Amino acid sequence: MAITSIKNLKEFSTNNDRFEGAHTLCPGCAHSMIVRELMNCTDDNLVISSNTGCLEVSTAVYPFTSWDTSWIHIGFENAATSVTAAQVMHKVRKKKGTLKDNDAPVKFVAFGGDGSTFDIGFQWLSGAMERGHDFTYICLDNENYANTGGQRSSATPVGAHTSTAQAGTHSYGKKQKKKDIVSIMAAHGSPYVAQLAPNKWKSMAKGFQKALEVEGPCFINTVSPCCTEWKFDPKDTINLTDLATDSLMFPIYEIIDSHELNILYRPKNIISVEEYMAAQGRYKHLFKPQYRHIIDEVQKDIDAKWDLLQRREEARL
Amino acid sequence: MAVKFDLNEREVWDGNYAASQALRQADVDVVVAYPITPSTPIVENYGAYVGNGFIDGEFVMVESEHAAMSGCIGASAAGGRVSTATSSQGFALMAEVLYQASGMRLPIVLNVVNRALASPLNVRGDHADMYLGRDAGWIQFGAFNAQEAYDLALCAFKVAENHSVRLPVMVHQDGFITSHTAQNVYPLTDEKAKAFVGDFVPVDDMLDFSRPVTYGAQTEEDWHFEHKAKQHKAIMDSMPIIDDVFAEFKELTGREYNRVESYDMEDADVVIIGLGTTVETARVAAKNMREKGVKAGVVAIRCFRPFPYEEVREALKDAKAIAVTDRSSPGGAMGAFFNEVSAAMYTSVNRPLVTGFVYGLGGRDFSIEEAERIFAEQQAHADAGHITTDIQQFSGLRGPKLGFFKTARG
Repeated sequence: MAITSIKNLKEFSTNNDRFEGAHTLCPGCAHSMIVRELMNCTDDNLVISSNTGCLEVSTAVYPFTSWDTSWIHIGFENAATSVTAAQVMHKVRKKKGTLKDNDAPVKFVAFGGDGSTFDIGFQWLSGAMERGHDFTYICLDNENYANTGGQRSSATPVGAHTSTAQAGTHSYGKKQKKKDIVSIMAAHGSPYVAQLAPNKWKSMAKGFQKALEVEGPCFINTVSPCCTEWKFDPKDTINLTDLATDSLMFPIYEIIDSHELNILYRPKNIISVEEYMAAQGRYKHLFKPQYRHIIDEVQKDIDAKWDLLQRREEARL
Repeated sequence: MAVKFDLNEREVWDGNYAASQALRQADVDVVVAYPITPSTPIVENYGAYVGNGFIDGEFVMVESEHAAMSGCIGASAAGGRVSTATSSQGFALMAEVLYQASGMRLPIVLNVVNRALASPLNVRGDHADMYLGRDAGWIQFGAFNAQEAYDLALCAFKVAENHSVRLPVMVHQDGFITSHTAQNVYPLTDEKAKAFVGDFVPVDDMLDFSRPVTYGAQTEEDWHFEHKAKQHKAIMDSMPIIDDVFAEFKELTGREYNRVESYDMEDADVVIIGLGTTVETARVAAKNMREKGVKAGVVAIRCFRPFPYEEVREALKDAKAIAVTDRSSPGGAMGAFFNEVSAAMYTSVNRPLVTGFVYGLGGRDFSIEEAERIFAEQQAHADAGHITTDIQQFSGLRGPKLGFFKTARG
């Protein structure tokens, strides 16, 4: 049953879903919350593809599968391509009348982590967006290659420690800014792009539904806090997500038709970036005297981005 | 319904056009492609069929060959007929996903117009790309001319989609020599071709929601080995099915194909065994040599994978000296084709003398005279009763003679 009829979280959590509870994701991983929500927000049939990553290795280890729907994984980079080609095949078979059920409604969704979305699969994603297929791509953004032990990706924020951008006596961790994937995807002319978070589950479900309903290539970046690599207690995933959205490290917004920007969540009390960072081990070194200025720099950057976002919303740009 | 395409009983087509016509007649549901010389005209022609309504399927031009094969996999798993074409660097870029296609047992047909691999950059034909695919778990057919590129593409769908096979198939033709040379081609009528290829019957259809399927699962040391062994068994077991398809095709057209083709082999002492257009050159040379009293014959590999060890051994069992021709730089080993033929012949009763020739790299012409020299050399080995040269030689190369590895039997 689609989430539209679900009144509260309790009902949602007991909903009969197509993503089975039996998977090997870390306790406290937000990936499963996001995936379940996507699959619960529609009654339509789903064809899902996944890039290589945490979600993929944790949900389809032979002879088991967590997917009670059609699912395909090829490689690290090509989930956008495989699912859009399946969508093309669906179109042809519908026209030729060779489907088992020719009228069954189907949605096509690709999942990728930030490594496969921002880095290695960027070209495949861009190509699929440009071709204008009717599909939705959802990035599970945990800001690192968590599946392989926490290497930096181009989604890793400034100052975070990763195994390949290590903090130490001579380094404060990642030095480069996070790639603005949402703007890049909007610039493809997508009818709907958004950044959403699992703590704001109703707006996330609504965003997913919009993406599934609108015809054309849609992109959603979701924040997926990673207790293993961000280093926080698994029970605090949603608390940490609250800090992410309330510090505006992850603002929640959508862009319709490349220009109509709507901020979907305005924190009543904006908290500092410092408070967000203090809750995670990956930023621990920034609290040493020699690196404290990095926190200030990140704060300045986040303030500027929030300002820009508000101005874009006002200007509909 | 697609617009009717008028065909003459005899057409003048190059290999690329012939392959694209086979795709049209096979009523392919989805072609996902990226252009690369010399296979580009296959997808361009297909684009023309789309533009003029000659096909009912969809044509998706993607941003790279990796994406092309990735798309073929996704589309094939969604339960329809899928095909594409590529060459050389594009084939190399596809390499990762070629293994995924066969591992998922998807019956994709890939037309490979053979071309050298850089560096140095080269657009001409050699077999480096074909060799790169030899361990990828695909069935590999070799066409020696435009007619065969057409015929084998039709056969490829029928083999790939056989439910006992369920493996992807490559149809190779030589870049430019076959792909861009116009020849007489006798096509089937659309009706006959369609009936021969048959309807696509999906297995594990992603679009059958009454039975969800998971494609591309992970297996580690507990199951990976069994999966790969099963896949190997499937490709080995495809040999009689390939034979059946060729037999059915012969019944329909009168054109005969065998996994190993033999020419003038009834009493041949000296043999050139080759792949691709080289075979036709060697056949002319063999005829010339026979006029000079040399009992020369030619053996050609129609099906490079699964490799026809038994048929090669049978074809060469009475030969005295065999020259194996590798049109790919071996990079620090004997030629891969030499190794296959040697493996086949080592288990034969007579164990003929086997030498290898690396030739024709980057489109260097392989001449009739060159083939005749190779035959003469084989005759010298046969007369001496042992190999009188290096086992590996480079034929048609500028500068001093280049050769490696001597026999211990002389």
